[in-house]
Amino acid sequence: MAEIQLNHIIKSYGKARATNDVSLTIKDKEFMVLLGPSGCGKTTLLRAIAGLEAIDSGTVTIGGRDVTNVPPRFRDIAMVFQSYAVFPHLTVWDNIAFGLRMKKLPDTEVKKRVEMSAEMLRITDYLQRFPAQLSGGQRQRVAVARALAMPSGVLLMGEPLSNLDALLRLDMRAELKKLLRDAGATTVYVTHDQVEALSLGDRIAVMKQGVILQCDSPLRVYDHPVDKFVGGFIGNPPMNFLRAAGLAAIGLIAPPGYDLVGIRAENLDSFTSPMSGALEASILVVEPLGSHNLITAKVGDEFIKVNTRAELMPEPGSKLWLKPMPDKVRWLK
Amino acid sequence: MTTRRTNLTPYLLVAPALVFMAIFFAYPMVEAFGLAFRDNDTGALTLSYFQKMVSDVQFQPALTTTLLLIVILIPIQFAVALAMALLVNAKLKGASLFLYIYAIPLAVSELAAGIVWFNIFTNNGFLNSLLVQSGLIERPFLFLSYQNQGWLILAVVLAEAWRATSIIMVILVSGLQSIPSDYLEAAEVFGADQFRKITKVILPLLRPSLQVALILRTILAFQVFGVALAVAGTGISLLAGEAYKWYYTIRNPNVAAAYASVILILSIASTVVFLVGLRSKNGEAL
Repeated sequence: MAEIQLNHIIKSYGKARATNDVSLTIKDKEFMVLLGPSGCGKTTLLRAIAGLEAIDSGTVTIGGRDVTNVPPRFRDIAMVFQSYAVFPHLTVWDNIAFGLRMKKLPDTEVKKRVEMSAEMLRITDYLQRFPAQLSGGQRQRVAVARALAMPSGVLLMGEPLSNLDALLRLDMRAELKKLLRDAGATTVYVTHDQVEALSLGDRIAVMKQGVILQCDSPLRVYDHPVDKFVGGFIGNPPMNFLRAAGLAAIGLIAPPGYDLVGIRAENLDSFTSPMSGALEASILVVEPLGSHNLITAKVGDEFIKVNTRAELMPEPGSKLWLKPMPDKVRWLK
Repeated sequence: MTTRRTNLTPYLLVAPALVFMAIFFAYPMVEAFGLAFRDNDTGALTLSYFQKMVSDVQFQPALTTTLLLIVILIPIQFAVALAMALLVNAKLKGASLFLYIYAIPLAVSELAAGIVWFNIFTNNGFLNSLLVQSGLIERPFLFLSYQNQGWLILAVVLAEAWRATSIIMVILVSGLQSIPSDYLEAAEVFGADQFRKITKVILPLLRPSLQVALILRTILAFQVFGVALAVAGTGISLLAGEAYKWYYTIRNPNVAAAYASVILILSIASTVVFLVGLRSKNGEAL
């Protein structure tokens, strides 16, 4: 069992609070993604779990054990670093075996685990090479293999894909998802890439300025953002936000206290002729994306982005009528 | 017509250094070898000056004492320098203060450092005064007597270690600072304690710096002269001291040059040993 509990974690750098009273429970075997822009405190939180960052106050427990003041090597964790941190003076084999040897596992067990882990990441052919003889993608595999070889219940990953080029990142993302599901470790994964977060996480904790704004399943975070920041940060294009008052005319009345409406680009039906319950919009830009078109338009003085089917190819400057799908409209404060 | 233009700028930039090295290093070196290997009168190649050097009663002691000095001095200096460098690099409050304190001997001249340590060990020096006044011994002990070769060497080792350890530390500190902290954090996460962090990660990554410092220190140790002269006078003989003696006291530049050649050959040999012994394994890149 390796449930991770973070209780009221506060960490300051000078006057700035990197994490401001953060509490979070990550269930055993859960894949938790910490998502947010740079400086939001996600990496600080990960380092606090690892024990690489001394926190000012709060407690960290792993598997029911309070490890707040326990050094990293006794926390029973494995970690993949953004820079990979693959030791340049050791061969791939010795790199993967590093943690196992530090734990003083018997040689046969070390050999078994190194080989198994190398096989999973398909780097068996490179075991005798030094990291300098590998590409960035291969080095990243070594870093993951080193972490997966460890018999630990917690796997920490700090932006492991951000140094890979786009195509490789896509491949590795899918591969990681399978590997990590099979590994069955409690995983904390830090990223600023919302697509990565949506595709990998069991749950996503969206952070901003040292606090967790929302912690939910990917679909829930995508569909029901708690505020404008979460809706804008997740999804491509970001969620559209309109003044709630403007929607009264098409029969959408905001509940008391809500003055904003959030609606995603794919949740607007578009028509080329006037339609009841639809907003009149004037088209500014049409971007054909193959599977669909992305249209930027203006409703009154507000900008809106709409996905339309690929066949609908209106001219910029013409009118479009947009009808929000009623069950997809999110009222926000 | 096409002309191939060579970019002269890099050569021009290197030229002053080259000229300097040629005039002040290469030329005297060739001259020294000439002095050592050519007969003064006929100009023919000869080994007679080398034979004279080797058969001199001071040659054997000078060679052994120099090697002994190096064998004792270098490990002490590296152990101390590494400890100091790790302390400076530990990012503790006031750690940079240590750096400045440690660096003070760097500013002291070789001879002045020797005189400081002479004043500690001499008959009526600080050490004897302390020992006599505290009642540990009755009469001053003659540390720096010709009969006490062990104490003489120890005094020179201490003086040299005090004077020249910080240069190693400076090299090691810069080496430590170039090790990305991720490596150390990875070592911590994957279970290395402080000792194994040093032996399994820091020292291997520090190898290029260690190599430079070893080569530099060993070459300089073969040339130890001023400190030994100030501390021990003619009490112990070292290769560099013998070269000086043959040149200025006995006024035989040929034998002096033979000594210089021995120092040069030993320096080159030790450099090769360190270059080969600490070279990167095939494909490894630090």
